[in-house]
Amino acid sequence: MRQQLLFLCLATPNPTSAVVSWSFFDGTGGTTTMAGDGDQPPYDSVLAAMKDGWRVLQVPVVRAAAPGREHETGPLPYEFVLEKLVDPAGRG
Amino acid sequence: MDTSSLPLLSSKQMAAFVAHGFLRFDEIVPPDMAAAALDELASGAGPAAWRADDPHASDAGRPLGTLWTRSPAIGPVLRLPRVAGLIHSLLGPGALYDHHYAHVIGPRQPWSQPWHADAVLDPRPLAFDIQLMFFFHDTPREMGGTMILPGSHLRRANELEISRVQNFRGQLPTVCPAGTLIVIHHGIWHCGQPNRTDRARTMFKVRLGPSGKQLRSWDVTDLDDPDVIRTLRHEHPFTGSQARLEIVNRIKLWRCLTGDPTFDIDYWLGRMGEHAPAGR
Repeated sequence: MRQQLLFLCLATPNPTSAVVSWSFFDGTGGTTTMAGDGDQPPYDSVLAAMKDGWRVLQVPVVRAAAPGREHETGPLPYEFVLEKLVDPAGRG
Repeated sequence: MDTSSLPLLSSKQMAAFVAHGFLRFDEIVPPDMAAAALDELASGAGPAAWRADDPHASDAGRPLGTLWTRSPAIGPVLRLPRVAGLIHSLLGPGALYDHHYAHVIGPRQPWSQPWHADAVLDPRPLAFDIQLMFFFHDTPREMGGTMILPGSHLRRANELEISRVQNFRGQLPTVCPAGTLIVIHHGIWHCGQPNRTDRARTMFKVRLGPSGKQLRSWDVTDLDDPDVIRTLRHEHPFTGSQARLEIVNRIKLWRCLTGDPTFDIDYWLGRMGEHAPAGR
């Protein structure tokens, strides 16, 4: 079995909220992906991906902003990591 | 250079830069100058007095006005009134040269550069450098060009730590006619795109910084135009529930650029006592 990983950043920490960024890494080697290769996300939300068989490996941890840094922004904060295990030979 | 007669940016254009992190000027470089600039880049000559004999000399930190003084094309491009005017508008008088680079992507180069922000994380809270990105030849989508994420420029990301992301809602590839200039805030997230054509793609980048305060150095006659606030409160689709934080950070930058510590949008900073006596 080989692992496929899907990274979905959402508009909020709620898994039903909209996907705002996405990445796909294919451990089967069947698909190559790179920056800027798509205009539309593969799913509208994490929940939609779950309904298509993706397992959630990680949910974002929500932390209170540090005093004095309440308005600071950086890399997108609400990132979910999802996986599928795939038989590269197409069995099972 | 006499800057008193330069065509300056408007407040609406400055607000667009603050909101989106870039401005685009199609065909700002005339075709003959663009062709000559490509020839000059191909020669490998540097900016300091056309100093082909000393290619490793550092010109970083020198006034832009002292560089490319004898170059046949790059210097004249940078001294085009509209180009010089936008540099003055964004940075104030006496812009300083940081570095330049001719990004040449060969034919049939299938890979994208990962998303990144240039240079190491910049601790300046509000001051900014600009990067001029010149596309001297036609750049169709299959040729790339540089993809940017509008509205990402005020988010703190160090170089490649955003490289795990492949796509963002709102990402914008540069597709433009020859002679186009894209001016970006130093913090904007971007990546070079694959070149699927049989021709090399060239993007000439120059990074410039301010030599003093960036304060009301544009044409402020339209400062009270309602489009200024309308532009500053634009919400980019990738920001999700942080959209208002982005607008708060733009308010802070607009206060700095205009010298108006009371500027606000919907009392968002005012309600926090941002211009109340200290400690209140």
